[in-house]
Amino acid sequence: MKRKHKRLTFVIVAMALLGIAVGLVLMAFEENIVFFNSPTDIVNKQPESGKRLRLGGLVEEGSVVREAGSTVTRFRVTDLVNAVDVNFDGILPDLFREGQGVITEGKYIDGVFQASEVLAKHDEQYMPPEVADALRNSGEWRGDLGPPAK
Amino acid sequence: MGEFLEMGGYAAFVWPAYGLSFGLLALLAWLSLKGLKDTQKMFDRLSADAEIDERKSDK
Amino acid sequence: MADLHRFANPTRFLKLAGLIQPWALAVFLISATVGLYMAFFTAPADYQQGESARIMYVHVPASWMSMFCYTVMAVASAVSLIWKHPLADVSARATAPIGAAFTFLALATGSLWGKPMWGTWWVWDARLTSVLVLLFLHIGYMALQGAFDDRVRAAKASAILALVGFVNVPIIKFSVDWWNTLHQPASVVKMSGSSIHPSMLWPLLIMAIAFKAYYVWVLLVRMRQELVANKVRILRLKQVHGG
Repeated sequence: MKRKHKRLTFVIVAMALLGIAVGLVLMAFEENIVFFNSPTDIVNKQPESGKRLRLGGLVEEGSVVREAGSTVTRFRVTDLVNAVDVNFDGILPDLFREGQGVITEGKYIDGVFQASEVLAKHDEQYMPPEVADALRNSGEWRGDLGPPAK
Repeated sequence: MGEFLEMGGYAAFVWPAYGLSFGLLALLAWLSLKGLKDTQKMFDRLSADAEIDERKSDK
Repeated sequence: MADLHRFANPTRFLKLAGLIQPWALAVFLISATVGLYMAFFTAPADYQQGESARIMYVHVPASWMSMFCYTVMAVASAVSLIWKHPLADVSARATAPIGAAFTFLALATGSLWGKPMWGTWWVWDARLTSVLVLLFLHIGYMALQGAFDDRVRAAKASAILALVGFVNVPIIKFSVDWWNTLHQPASVVKMSGSSIHPSMLWPLLIMAIAFKAYYVWVLLVRMRQELVANKVRILRLKQVHGG
């Protein structure tokens, strides 16, 4: 009985210590685990041009311009406080829409983010199209639901 | 039917996801059953041998 | 030797297992059929993702199972280390391959959804990376269990690995809240109530029941196999020492 208690205490203490250690490590590494920077981060930090980084936020409503005859798209990424101009030459993912979250990877050069990759971020809302329409018609539509599908 | 199989253009992603899922689950179930059968067979053979040995040593 | 025999012949467990197994199989077959039907015929396409949202009905339950299996393994390992219950190590051993399969499926189906929706098969964000670590933990556990000839030492070493690796489970769960990830936050289980429409939530939950029942059934098959293997080991020992 005594040995069992000893082992129980040992396992509990070891797990607690391990949990604390991992927590501390994660806190120390927090900067590196951050997958993307917000437009505000970019505006505040003004990263050196040529450094690869990720920018994440919402595609500003009405900002998307597709250049005719090429695959170049220009848009603005906003966190509703600051916004950054983005240039992208390539194929956009299916979830890319105005008002929708995106994460772009590229370089910040002379105030414009030159993206080499654009990833669409999905929110946690799942609903049928009819429900989305009904919500929109009744005025219950919340901005964070994103715009309707085309 | 064709429209259903097309999955709104996502057929190349939806069907592999389901095929892989149920395929792997079926494979694991089959391997587990086979493992049980094989081990049981080995046990039966070994215990039969052991009985023969015991009878021999009894004589 | 008396202890070893208890290990080899847990009659009560086998009786219970024989009782549960057909039920688990029946529940799996019925709920998988209903779940698949609902996933493809009653659940609507998503307003944003279209038909690709149907991948969710295997992806989410598989992801839940991957964490569930690891948790079972960690708890069983603690019981095995502290109380030395013979069935604890057997159940942890039997769970590992099932957990590995579900973790692999979570990653693979997520990748198949991510390609068209996110625009990439894979990113090294906190959620995806921590789930990949979970897969390695399952595989590492199986490798460690197989690395020792002495079963007692194998049980001890792998139980320690399972317990140490358990810190990864809360990291996976909260990674989407703690850090900026590409992966979306939880939809079904959250404080403010589920953000999935009921027509999509039901097939999801029924598939989750199917996977849980599958786990129970395969777990019992694998545990029975482990117990017979123990008997084989004892017979061989007897032959070597007695013969």
